[in-house]
Amino acid sequence: MSGQRRRSPLGIANGAGSAKHGVEHWWLERVTALALVPLAVWLIASLIAHENGTYGSAIAWLKTPTVSILMILLLIALFYHTALGLQVVIEDYIHSKLKILVVAATHLGCFALAVAGIWATLRIGLRG
Amino acid sequence: MAGSAGKRPPPLSPHIQIYRPQLTSVLSIANRISGILLSVFAVALVSWLIAAAAGAQSYAVIEIFVRSRLGHIVLFGAAFIFFLHLCGSIRHLIWDAHYGFELRTIYASGWAVVVASVALTLITWIASVALTGQSR
Repeated sequence: MSGQRRRSPLGIANGAGSAKHGVEHWWLERVTALALVPLAVWLIASLIAHENGTYGSAIAWLKTPTVSILMILLLIALFYHTALGLQVVIEDYIHSKLKILVVAATHLGCFALAVAGIWATLRIGLRG
Repeated sequence: MAGSAGKRPPPLSPHIQIYRPQLTSVLSIANRISGILLSVFAVALVSWLIAAAAGAQSYAVIEIFVRSRLGHIVLFGAAFIFFLHLCGSIRHLIWDAHYGFELRTIYASGWAVVVASVALTLITWIASVALTGQSR
């Protein structure tokens, strides 16, 4: 590959992830983890408390402004964290050209799921 | 094999399977596996929200599964996986803050993760039984 040799060291490093951008992934994974500690504990505790409830009581609970807001915050943190976490797993085990496609599909899937969850929460919360 | 000697894959250096499992390595892979499994439950959470938004009929479908024996077993497992990942992640966040790297502390925090995950799962189960009044 003579073309490869003609590239400058910067050209080779570009796009392969630099020291500055790698930190962003690591840092956001921690920030979302930190946000998820109280939010996920809140969700589990609430689900147990409402386990015996009906459809009506579940809707009444989800309609509360505090619950709607916390649920949306949870969905954002959860799927951001899921996308970053799954990306690391994929990068560790897939070494072919497929890697970038699988990572992109995972990110898009997480984004779609977060939007779907937020839409459902808003629909319940804002319906008269 | 004489003809295909050139195509033989090069020998690989020993990988993790030759090492005896240790608490540290088991918890490390457990945090990753529990994270992957929790992404499935994240999809379940969105399904539950969409079913609730769609109306009583679709919510009833989810409710039938949640109230079934299989549903209870899945939720019990989900609680353990969640607490394992939660406690493991808190251990990681403490490491990220540059604490607890002595070998003795690493094992102590490792066992703390195991004990706390089991205890929190049992507390969840007891609270669930107490609140629903079911003896499952």
